[in-house]
Amino acid sequence: MNGEEFVPLSLTPLLIGTFAAIACALPGNFLVLRKQALIGDAISHVVLPGIVVAFLLTGAISTWPMMLGAAGAAVVAVVMIEAIRRLGQIETGAAMGVVFTTMFAAGVLLLEQTDTSSVHLDVEHALYGNLESLIWLDATGWSSLTDPQALAGLPPELPRIALTLAGVVLFTWLLWRPLKISTFDEGFARTIGIRTGALGMALVIAAAIAAVAAFDAVGSIIVIAMFICPPSAARMMTNRLEMQVGWSVLFAAFSAISGYVLAGYGPLWLGGTDAVSAAGMIATMSGLLLAVAARFGPCRTRAGAPVSG
Amino acid sequence: MVWDALTLQLGYNATLVAIGATLLGVSAGVTGTFLFLRKRALVSDAISHATLPGVCLAFMVLVALGGDGRNLPGLLLGSAVSAWVGLLCMNWLTRRTRLAEDAAIGAVLSVFFGFGIVLLTIIQTMGAGRQAGLEGFLLGSTAGMLWSDAFVIALGGAATLGLVLVLRRPMTLVAFDPEFAAARGLPVHRIDLAMMGLVMAVTVVGLKIVGLILIVALLIIPAVTARFWSERSERVVLLAGLSGGLAGYLGAALSASAPNLPTGPIIVLVSFGFFAVSLLFAPARGVLAAVLRHLRFQRRVHIRQGLLALAQGQTIYEPLTLRLLRRAGVVRADGVATETGKARAAKALRDEKRWQVVRADLAHEATAALYDGLRDIETVLTRDQIADVDSRIGGPQEVQP
Repeated sequence: MNGEEFVPLSLTPLLIGTFAAIACALPGNFLVLRKQALIGDAISHVVLPGIVVAFLLTGAISTWPMMLGAAGAAVVAVVMIEAIRRLGQIETGAAMGVVFTTMFAAGVLLLEQTDTSSVHLDVEHALYGNLESLIWLDATGWSSLTDPQALAGLPPELPRIALTLAGVVLFTWLLWRPLKISTFDEGFARTIGIRTGALGMALVIAAAIAAVAAFDAVGSIIVIAMFICPPSAARMMTNRLEMQVGWSVLFAAFSAISGYVLAGYGPLWLGGTDAVSAAGMIATMSGLLLAVAARFGPCRTRAGAPVSG
Repeated sequence: MVWDALTLQLGYNATLVAIGATLLGVSAGVTGTFLFLRKRALVSDAISHATLPGVCLAFMVLVALGGDGRNLPGLLLGSAVSAWVGLLCMNWLTRRTRLAEDAAIGAVLSVFFGFGIVLLTIIQTMGAGRQAGLEGFLLGSTAGMLWSDAFVIALGGAATLGLVLVLRRPMTLVAFDPEFAAARGLPVHRIDLAMMGLVMAVTVVGLKIVGLILIVALLIIPAVTARFWSERSERVVLLAGLSGGLAGYLGAALSASAPNLPTGPIIVLVSFGFFAVSLLFAPARGVLAAVLRHLRFQRRVHIRQGLLALAQGQTIYEPLTLRLLRRAGVVRADGVATETGKARAAKALRDEKRWQVVRADLAHEATAALYDGLRDIETVLTRDQIADVDSRIGGPQEVQP
């Protein structure tokens, strides 16, 4: 495939998918180690009512109100989960189950009640995004990468997700030591003066921001998959956190690229005519990676667990 | 209109949906309770999402065989198979690798769901229009429910309930104390799998009415709701069935009473309403009860501290204590103790001294453990014992040189 076709049609979705995958996988490493992996699942469900409410308030599909609405819904959900867990003395999993299903149901109901026939807002879109449609129409070839006029026509999702990725990388880099210490030994972290409560909240917020930004571009199913699958697969490869983060980034990028390519061209190779969902394919690829890592990874068993049980 | 819906006067389809939703709510509530008590509520999330590829594959097979792709029993069978595969994957990941259960749940749900979406897009390109029935499995679609569909749902729900009845004792045991169950010789792993199998059955049965994303709510919310009202597992199971059934019935009726009210979300929201009421107003575990308990405790502490202060001749400045003492008739408006107040204060101080003796005496060890600074000593010691303690306190004592 030559640049004239590749740059406008595939470059931007590939980049957006890869950035989104890495932005989710980075905080995912810590969430998986802290046994909070399902926060991503909960957040990606509650984003729906958030964007519907934002749409009802502003009456238009515009990006910033929707991102704010989604972020607001994520905060409401986290607060509700915590409140139900404390007030009702219910374990976290069940509290999460109560909150995110209810908020998702509310979102679906609101959506049905509003007239959204004129705009592109539906549950399917929220679930699996529209990665394929994020094309760069102004590009004519590789030379467009240096052409300011063509660059102005980039899909706005690309700079947004790149910014989010930069923010998440910065967050991880700046708070690396406290995050690492408090993830593995919370008691020790507290004795050396790390505010673990605030740090845990910051991690959840960073995850929520990554989820909302990625959701905007690629839909919630990739968000959940990327929070969990690449870090889990990386966990099978190594015992060192630095290496694990490195592996997870590699796995996330690989699933995004291979998933996109397979979704776009795989059916053609098999003699089909139409592409399949890229979001679904990326999630599937990350699952295959996880399966391979779980079967053959060098550090796949628990330390001290019996070899066959 | 709502009344018509509640009394099943809105026609054939609405009646079918209401009956189906009620049965589904009962079996989901009952089954979900065991899952909740086992602290594995979110496993249902993985199971429900894992049904999607099965539904799609079954549809493709049915079409390839030349049949109607929307044959409900066939689709449900496919969804059951893929949910079972997802369940086994999740089990394998938690048992044989270092992954914790939550990561395994998330991995299975996202990957299976993603694969299901890939299959959905393939079906969309197979033949236009025919996939419309499948999208309905995401959020449920009750509009075109047939008598045969309702029959399948009723049969599945009843079979699940029967199995729960048979397995309830081992499942309760495993949920509360898996180590003890293993020591008793119960096959814990297999009972766990059976529990998950029942959850899977409910999920599959509920696909048509509430859809795979919201069936999780019916499995979790009624169980959590019921837990507020009782400490006995059998009652929690029954209450969860009741609240689930009621939510199903009311939700289906409400959704039939007006346009644009999708059945699944309404059922979930009704069920959440029950949950919210329970969270706030349940007699022992509710928020209101906890607040009242706290206020009562606060009152007792303040009165007790106030009495001790009076007995030692200290002035009380704390406004709440003063107000409480005044209301109890212990002090006058200017803060000076009344006659009853003096008597009660002296009694409180003497009780404190008695407690001191009791706590220092090893013979009263069990009683001393009950000391909380509030308890009246008459409630824990007999009159003879108190007399004995008093004799040890004695009258005013001489200061030793």
